[in-house]
Amino acid sequence: MNPFSSGTRLRDMIRAIRACKTAAEERAVVRKECATIRAAVSENDQDYRHRNLAKLMFIHMLGYPTHFGQMECLKSIASAGFPEKRIGYLGLMLLLDERQEVLMLVTNSLKQDLNHTNQYIVGLALCALGNICSAEMARDLAPEVERLLQFRDPNIRKKAALCSIRIIKKVPDLAENFISPAAALLKEKHHGVLITGVQLCTDLCKVSTEALDYFRKRCTEGLVKVLKDVVNSPYSPEYDMSGITDPFLHIRFLRLLRILGQGDADASDCMNDILAQVATKTEPNKNAGNAILYECVETIMSIEDNSGLRVLAINILGRFLSNRDNNIRYVALNMLMKAIAVDAQAVQRHRATILECVKDSDASIRKRALELIFLLVNESNVKPLTKELIDYLEVSDQEFKEDLTAKICSIVEKFSPEKQWYIDQMLKVLSEAGNFVKDEVWHALIVVISNAPDLHGYTVRALYRAVQTSGEQESLVRVAVWCIGEYGEMLVNNVGMLNIEEPITVTESDAVDVLEIAMKRHTSDITTRAMSLIALLKLSSRFPSCSQRVKEIIVQHKGGLVLELQQRSIEFNSIIERHQNIRPALVERMPVLDEATYSGKRAGSLPPTVSTSTGSSLNLPNGVAKPPAAPLVDLLDLTSDDAPAPSSSDGDFLQDLLGVDLAPIPSLSGTSQAPPSGTDVLLDLLSIGTPPPVQTNPSTPIISSPSQNSQTSVAPLERLSSLSSPLSTQVSSPAGASPIVDLLDGLSPSLSMPDNKAQESNFSDNNGLVYPSIVAFQSGSLKMMFSFSKPPGNPQTTIIQATFTNMSSNVYTDFIFQAAVPKFVQLHLDPASSNSLPASGNGSVTQKFRVTNSQHGQKPLAMRIRIAYKVNGQDVLEQGQINKFPAGL
Amino acid sequence: MIHFVLLISRQGKVRLTKWYSLYSQKERSKVLRELSGDILSRGPKLCNFVEWRGYKVVYKRYASLYFCMCTNQEDNELEILEIIHHFVEILDRYFGSVCELDLIFNFHKAYYILDEILIAGELQESSKKTVARLIAAQDSLLETAEEQANTISNMIVQATKK
Repeated sequence: MNPFSSGTRLRDMIRAIRACKTAAEERAVVRKECATIRAAVSENDQDYRHRNLAKLMFIHMLGYPTHFGQMECLKSIASAGFPEKRIGYLGLMLLLDERQEVLMLVTNSLKQDLNHTNQYIVGLALCALGNICSAEMARDLAPEVERLLQFRDPNIRKKAALCSIRIIKKVPDLAENFISPAAALLKEKHHGVLITGVQLCTDLCKVSTEALDYFRKRCTEGLVKVLKDVVNSPYSPEYDMSGITDPFLHIRFLRLLRILGQGDADASDCMNDILAQVATKTEPNKNAGNAILYECVETIMSIEDNSGLRVLAINILGRFLSNRDNNIRYVALNMLMKAIAVDAQAVQRHRATILECVKDSDASIRKRALELIFLLVNESNVKPLTKELIDYLEVSDQEFKEDLTAKICSIVEKFSPEKQWYIDQMLKVLSEAGNFVKDEVWHALIVVISNAPDLHGYTVRALYRAVQTSGEQESLVRVAVWCIGEYGEMLVNNVGMLNIEEPITVTESDAVDVLEIAMKRHTSDITTRAMSLIALLKLSSRFPSCSQRVKEIIVQHKGGLVLELQQRSIEFNSIIERHQNIRPALVERMPVLDEATYSGKRAGSLPPTVSTSTGSSLNLPNGVAKPPAAPLVDLLDLTSDDAPAPSSSDGDFLQDLLGVDLAPIPSLSGTSQAPPSGTDVLLDLLSIGTPPPVQTNPSTPIISSPSQNSQTSVAPLERLSSLSSPLSTQVSSPAGASPIVDLLDGLSPSLSMPDNKAQESNFSDNNGLVYPSIVAFQSGSLKMMFSFSKPPGNPQTTIIQATFTNMSSNVYTDFIFQAAVPKFVQLHLDPASSNSLPASGNGSVTQKFRVTNSQHGQKPLAMRIRIAYKVNGQDVLEQGQINKFPAGL
Repeated sequence: MIHFVLLISRQGKVRLTKWYSLYSQKERSKVLRELSGDILSRGPKLCNFVEWRGYKVVYKRYASLYFCMCTNQEDNELEILEIIHHFVEILDRYFGSVCELDLIFNFHKAYYILDEILIAGELQESSKKTVARLIAAQDSLLETAEEQANTISNMIVQATKK
């Protein structure tokens, strides 16, 4: 005995590991074993290679690294004997995956073993090849495998058939070589060969239309005949699965027939009889029988129309659905999804049962059933179905609520017959599961409410009631807060009562209570608080009696930690305190939100950028009466007929509109980009406490090249106007302008004035330094424009705005822009506006980045760029170098 | 197509893993962690299917072991249950009423048997008798090789003694 070999047997090692009480003990045992195995490996010990490999596999299963054993597998495979090869191949399949280069080394051994005289060794090699072969190996060894499809022993033929499946999946080009040998396998009697042969034909049809045509023309009849024989064969214990002879063979035949019959009337016709026979004669008591029936139903649904068979199939599904076995019900639901396309009416008949399945205790069944119900909803049944689902929402599991809520919202939005019903249902959902409702859903609800003037009173009262009982549902609170802010007086005065309503008595202070609670509740997030704050300001004007109380609430937030809230409370406080005369105008009701724009935006159908004309109008002199940007015009509801329709769509329109987009960065950039909006006073109003623009997205890009980025410039406009839309109405009249400027006076002139000055001086700086935009890169279909700006006071830094346009007719997805700069330049890339680039120049992607040239004035900027994207799923890579930057950067 | 086969004990210990699709070692341990959590926590009366990352995992519990197979959405779940049962019956015949310990100490044999049932994630043989015969033939090849090795080493021992 070799004294250096590891002493323990496999069994002893497993025992030792199992005896370990802690993970640390186990690690110690494994470490010791690994050390001895390593020693044996480095000594090239052959006697115990077998045992060591087995040990390694066990250790591998426990999750420890075993890469040092990989070469041992190859050595073991290369040795002559069957036992060594057997364990070697097992190790190969277990310890390696097809990505490892080591695998290439085994190709030669595999080739030899595929030609071995011992058929069991051939079998080992086929099995390993079938389980782990890579595309390269597939190419190298395909001829051997093809030859083995005709081997004398059927057990090798079946292995070769499955191995061929792996090969054609890895290299579809090789499919044609396998078509005729595969067809030959279909004539065999051996079940193993038939099963694998039929499977091979099925996979060939999937990768090659040539194969599909071939089998369809030459084999359909033969297959039907063989299946008939199998179905009618007498009981045979060898293939028995709980009373059914070889269900696996049945299923594979049915699956191949399905592919052959799909889209081919003749082939479908040919198999009608046998399908009917399988559907009627298969015993449905055991799982094996049901597996066949399930496959048969799927085939009937997929092949060309035969109404008689389909009735049969739907009946089987009906039986499945009422089965008490959960597995059978699950597959029934699964299949009914497919059946909808074929016969929706028949599926509708099972609606009640399916609805019951939505309430099942089994999550897998619930999920299937919910998806099915979603497909079954139409205008005629939407009301009862929604009612059922909402009723269930009350009692469903927490983890199911999210899915269920999303589906209900989507059903209600899609099929709602009238607005009141829509609002009712949404309020129910919000009260029940408001925390699961996605933002765009409650945004849409607000748009709908705003567009239903006759329901304003009804809605606000319903919301008031709901919020009393379900105040913990965040999105319900938000909608309620918004509506109370807008329609508070309807709440108090019971305006616009519908017949079905019971009148309620709400005092003005009750309404303020709701807002105060929302404002103070510790679980409220910043969005809710901000919405409450705005609503409070609105109520302060509508309910003069509560004005003082509102003021007190607002004042409490002057010292808030969230900048946005702090800033707004200061502003609002000053409005209440000092500007009573303009307040009513400031807090007028929001104009009706445009449904079409909003829904279009949700669908993403509008081009993401605004036309240049909008952008250029930003250059109008400051402080003019007519706000220049089209969206602003629209929002402010000015009566300028020639105002273009708002075409901005990116960014969250509604959030902007509501002024609740309070993530710190956008809000800062919003205020600092305000100057070009054409309303100086607004800028002043909003620039309180804003850090100097240098730190944020400087306002300069808009000044120097107005056409470039209309997205970012419009978004702040929207935001701006949201807070102060009535305010700017005021601005448009010359008389109103001065009081607003005065707004700042009482606050902190020391703080705001330098800001203003800084900005003014920035403007003059920037106006002096305008760099021309360049076409930085242009290929066949892709154009990249750079426009430049300099942040004030920092000549080394340049802000570059890249605009990408796609001139081809295909959408570019997964669009990524990368840039590299020389060592003396620093580069900072901001995220791109989108990662998909619409076709035909129909919009663009913009990306901003900042370069700092440490050798400014000595060396010019240079840049290498790389653009990667996908066209029709194909990766495309474009690269280039940019040297022609304007001088002075 | 079956993407992988897992045998997990009720305690979450892995007893056998076989991967027919490409998963890196890292992904493999992640899959094991996710799935054993999902499957072991399911009650006894629920259906045997778990939807997972766009695939379906069909599992069945036999005594203390969960047999799991992952397949495509469109595959026949009921058939996979039959394949699992087929595998279990063959193990049972081979070991003579199989238990978890058999599979721990003879894990390599369980792999050999699985390799006679599935290749490339597809079913290879529907006859339990054929599988048993093939395994027995290969085991006997192993025995004869051992005997030969013994006689040779005996001969060497004898030769060195003289």
